[in-house]
Amino acid sequence: MTDRINNKDKSPADLVQLEKSRLDKTLGETLRSQGISRRSFLKFCAATASMMAMSPAMIPKIAHALENARRPSVIWLSFQECTGCTESLTRAHASTVESLIFDSISLDYHHTLQAAAGHAAEEAREIAMEENYGKYLLVVDGSIPMDNPGYSTIAGISNYDMLMDTAKGAAAIIAVGTCATYGGIPHADPNPTGAVSVGDLIKDKPIINVPGCPPIPVVITGVLTHFLTFGSIPELDHIGRPKVFYGQSIHDRCYRRPFYDKGLFAETFDDEGAKKGWCLYKLGCKGPTTYNACATAKWNDGTSFPIEAGHPCIGCSEPDFWDGGGFYKALSMPTANITETAIYTAAGAAAAGVALGAMNRSKKNSAAAAHSDTTIDDLEK
Amino acid sequence: MSEVATPVSGEIKFNIQVSDELTQNVKPLLHEIKHALESLIENGDTSIIDLRSIPLAPGEEDRILDTLGKGEVQAKLESLGLSEIIETQYAGVWVVTHYNDDGNIISRFIEVTTMPSILSSQTEDVMAAYSSLTLDLDENQETI
Repeated sequence: MTDRINNKDKSPADLVQLEKSRLDKTLGETLRSQGISRRSFLKFCAATASMMAMSPAMIPKIAHALENARRPSVIWLSFQECTGCTESLTRAHASTVESLIFDSISLDYHHTLQAAAGHAAEEAREIAMEENYGKYLLVVDGSIPMDNPGYSTIAGISNYDMLMDTAKGAAAIIAVGTCATYGGIPHADPNPTGAVSVGDLIKDKPIINVPGCPPIPVVITGVLTHFLTFGSIPELDHIGRPKVFYGQSIHDRCYRRPFYDKGLFAETFDDEGAKKGWCLYKLGCKGPTTYNACATAKWNDGTSFPIEAGHPCIGCSEPDFWDGGGFYKALSMPTANITETAIYTAAGAAAAGVALGAMNRSKKNSAAAAHSDTTIDDLEK
Repeated sequence: MSEVATPVSGEIKFNIQVSDELTQNVKPLLHEIKHALESLIENGDTSIIDLRSIPLAPGEEDRILDTLGKGEVQAKLESLGLSEIIETQYAGVWVVTHYNDDGNIISRFIEVTTMPSILSSQTEDVMAAYSSLTLDLDENQETI
């Protein structure tokens, strides 16, 4: 990727040819040609296994697969989005690992990052599609407006046309961010642009949904690395998310969970409970209905995540989270029975969590159905 | 309990916040290490625990490292960022920490083994070294 940005004087065809010659090398050959030892490579694989939330026992398998992997061509399309997903990715904290991964792919089109613009950029995309037809990876961030195509165009091409045209030759599609995966904020009521997700339009290609507003950087790179390592898509949940990152709720992995089980809640942002780090459930935490890796992967160089910083989870990796009835409204109040049961046994706590999760989902759906606008009063509550 | 483990280099910064034992994952993890040691003694089985895969409250990782302490061996690997391999006061229990070029931790493992694999010379590197030394000897016969 760095080479592509630095080679500003080369034509799109020259750049593609340059990348093509590098594509012939396996990742192992590429790294060795850069003077990276096998020991360093193992370190990279250990960090990769940790990043992909895989068992450390997988490290030798990852090493073997990565050594023999060839560099895939990647085309990244950005539609109705705020560039937060790209910002998240390019500020990923594990810079050494990320740079190795990006050196391992051929990012042939990303109009935010590439030097070329306008028709020259589109030419690079078309050449990359032709050269790698059926094999390239398509990454999409942003939703697609289906009302008036003029709401979002690139080089005069509507988002819909560009997506459908580029998706044809893709081996797989990664939808990055909640806008691309479920419509996101453009899709929020009243959805003025008729925004839809990638999955709403593409039905004949494997799609990996990587939601979040933005997604955690290591989750984005983890999915890319999984594809690079194994040449396949990871196991997905019922709404297309990789289970390895979205398999457990924030609530289940939250370090404040023991306070929830004991019925100890912060009632306001400045009460004693808040100061003692008690559960933020009553302050609107959407952790019980939100599936993401924030509680373990964390943010900002692994420093913390919103709940650790004292703010409830807003559920940004879930469909229609903007229309969930207010970020600071509690999903539902836990009953005394649930609390008491949960205190006594871990099994009880797990069962209570399941029961409450069902209640919460029901309430969330009701809130979405009877959408009420979030006002400044809600934010001040 | 021993004092907080002192990092090998000044670059290591453990979490500075110390809280009550929130997740209660510290003791089970230490017991898991004990069982891994038992398995190493009885069957020669090695184990690796990824500390980043376990929900830990602020200060809990420090508590684990504090309890394990430092032993006789501390090694550094300078490649793709620093790595530190430290045998704890419990022989056979190692803390392996990988940093990126910016000095941020990218992964941290507890390895229960007689020798973490990253310390061993790798076959590919040994073969490259043989070729390199052979070439050097051939090319510089007069100066060596």
